[in-house]
Amino acid sequence: MILAVVLIPAAAGLAAFAIRGDGLRRWLTVAVGLAHAGVTARLWMRPTAPALGGWIALDRPGLLFLSITSLLFLAASIYGVGYLIREGRGERRDIKEGFLFTNAPEQVFAGCLMLFLATMSLVTVSHHFGLLWVAVEATTLASAPLIYFHRHHRSLEATWKYLLIGSVGIAVALLGNFCLNVAASRAGGPALLDGLVRGAASMDPAWLKAAFLCFLVGYGTKMGLAPMHSWLPDAHTESPSLVSSLLSGALLNCAFLGILRSVQVCDAAGLGNFARELLVGFGLLSMGVAGVFILRQADYKRMLAYSSVEHMGILALGVGIGGAATFGAMLHAVNHSVTKAMLFFVSGNILAAYRTRVCADVRGVVRTLPASGVLWLVGFLAITGSPPFGTFLSEFTILKAALDAGRGWVAAAYLALLALVFVGMAAPFLNMAQGSSEGRRREGWLVVAPPIAFAALALLLGLWLPARFVDALRGAAREVEGLRGSPVVAAPRPQAMDRDHFVEFEEDEAIGRGHGASPVVHRHRLGMPDLDHLAAAEPELHRLERRPVEERAELIEVHEDMIPQWWEIGQ
Amino acid sequence: MTDLLLVAVVLTNFVLLGSSRLAACIRVAAAQGILVGVMPLILYHDAVSVRTALIAAAGITLKGIVFPWLFFRALRDVDVTREVEPFVGYTVSILIGVGAVAGSFWLGSRLVVPRPVPSAFVIPVAFSVIFIGLFLIVSRKTAISQALGYLVMENGIFAFGVSLALEEPFLVELGVLLDVFAATFLMGIMVFHISREFDHIDVGRLASLKDWTTRRYKS
Repeated sequence: MILAVVLIPAAAGLAAFAIRGDGLRRWLTVAVGLAHAGVTARLWMRPTAPALGGWIALDRPGLLFLSITSLLFLAASIYGVGYLIREGRGERRDIKEGFLFTNAPEQVFAGCLMLFLATMSLVTVSHHFGLLWVAVEATTLASAPLIYFHRHHRSLEATWKYLLIGSVGIAVALLGNFCLNVAASRAGGPALLDGLVRGAASMDPAWLKAAFLCFLVGYGTKMGLAPMHSWLPDAHTESPSLVSSLLSGALLNCAFLGILRSVQVCDAAGLGNFARELLVGFGLLSMGVAGVFILRQADYKRMLAYSSVEHMGILALGVGIGGAATFGAMLHAVNHSVTKAMLFFVSGNILAAYRTRVCADVRGVVRTLPASGVLWLVGFLAITGSPPFGTFLSEFTILKAALDAGRGWVAAAYLALLALVFVGMAAPFLNMAQGSSEGRRREGWLVVAPPIAFAALALLLGLWLPARFVDALRGAAREVEGLRGSPVVAAPRPQAMDRDHFVEFEEDEAIGRGHGASPVVHRHRLGMPDLDHLAAAEPELHRLERRPVEERAELIEVHEDMIPQWWEIGQ
Repeated sequence: MTDLLLVAVVLTNFVLLGSSRLAACIRVAAAQGILVGVMPLILYHDAVSVRTALIAAAGITLKGIVFPWLFFRALRDVDVTREVEPFVGYTVSILIGVGAVAGSFWLGSRLVVPRPVPSAFVIPVAFSVIFIGLFLIVSRKTAISQALGYLVMENGIFAFGVSLALEEPFLVELGVLLDVFAATFLMGIMVFHISREFDHIDVGRLASLKDWTTRRYKS
């Protein structure tokens, strides 16, 4: 069953190269999107056993990112039908320099689009680090021809940068795989995620650190973390808008999953703080770089691309802070993907109508393209994290978690950078939407329906989160945090606690970095519980705190319901 | 025998750094690929398993025959035969190469490997190949040279893996080789498109995508 999410799009993608009829090929893409979404929905309904000796398995972070990918592809495939009809055949005039160019054959486009889905799905279900690497590199190869759809020199330049920088980055991640292999050689066994997490305690810390650095740089390049993001704005700007939406909403997340996997191993090996501090640093740097480039950006697609760098920074920051912020990061990944895909769809509509990417040349979108114009404004509010959209909720969760963890400076920098981005995006977006227009243009329902659905979803995610969905997100966050139902460390230590252990925990708490060392206390501090709850939980928590880490990890499953959940906080 | 092989690998690095003729560079990179490909056979000559032999065979075929063929095909389609003005000159490149080798030996000496290594020089040499590959990517202007730099870097990573006797599963190794093959194949196609689009393969002139040259936003 799990394999179907890879095999269906792969087979259809290969078939698409041979299909001659345009209509058939376009709707085949939609059918694959529907089938993929159907299989993903079924995977939500019932847990599925791992396949291929545990190499292919679906844990909760994987399922979350698979669902995002699936949803985005479905929307992009529907948008794609309208987009390809609009593109037409034959020579076209370039919007910027006026020369004539042709598009790549549609067979190649559709085929690579579906192979891209197959490779991204493979990333989300890989539980072997080697397979994960192969899959991530394959996403680069499948998506490079998509960026070169418009065959002219600018998209060529973007594709070359993407291919070369992406491949070199991924090569560094391969080095990380080797280092991980050396680190785990004492633990033995294959490089399966679960085995590594279980045997992490006996790993060589120096080599594990080296491995994490390589993964962070390698997959971080693919994810678009500054300063390795240089390919990202070009690739997002020059590719067709539906490809931009997939790159930004699905591909970057998949690369992020690669980093999350290594964080899981680091956490289990007791190097959680090392990994998280790095993530906080890269996160803030990405937000800062994106903020600076957004502030003086003349090109609206480029602005959206830098906004992706910013939001990837937020994801890294969220996981770096840990605790409730990891939950926030998971929620934010969903929110960002939905919102950004919607904005890229709309930017494609605006680009087709105005034939320019310069913000200052676009006026009166609300009058010219009523649906797209309103969506553009809605998207602006959503992507900058204004209430009541989902992004507000997730960004706020991360902010609160940062403050609760006693990291005031990080929280302050985070807020300041969010404000900077808001200021940078506000004026161009509002100016584009308002003003006089030269008359209304027709918008096809195929290119309007997907962004409308996503706008509604972005709003819904801010107003109401189904309990099932929150459970899934919490599960994903917990697995990233290394708190599972099963013991994290295989061999339990003796009951009796030596003095040193105790001091270690207290120190950890005093510094205000709850994660890793003391999950219970940390969770306990996340949401300020009401007094009744607290009174009931206090003796129990107290008792728990005096147990060794690994035992508490086991017990947390039982005692967690005593602690108010995060969404009860504000009510 | 092992040391001879490693010295040969280092020499190919310097030839790559010092030569401007693209055809020569492709041949030297191919030679380096073959040298790295036979490395597992020579390093572990007393215990060559079927798996090692197969991986070595696949590596030699791809790095020594298929990739050079792809590059020569790309080169045939373009008029450029030499790297005219690299960002960093050849003499300086070689000096930097010497620095990279020295740095790699320093790095290698500080590395504590928790398992027996066949030769003390393998890991430093692997590092130097990785560094020089990276340097070629950033210092050369033609698309072919950059793609060659990527290949050299891959060679280094392959050598690093071999020197640590990593037990990556066979399928993963094949997957890695397949990915590298596909990447090289795509790069070859891109080189062809770049040459047709620009009448040159000078990546230095691929500079229309920038942030600060576009029109400023005016409110």
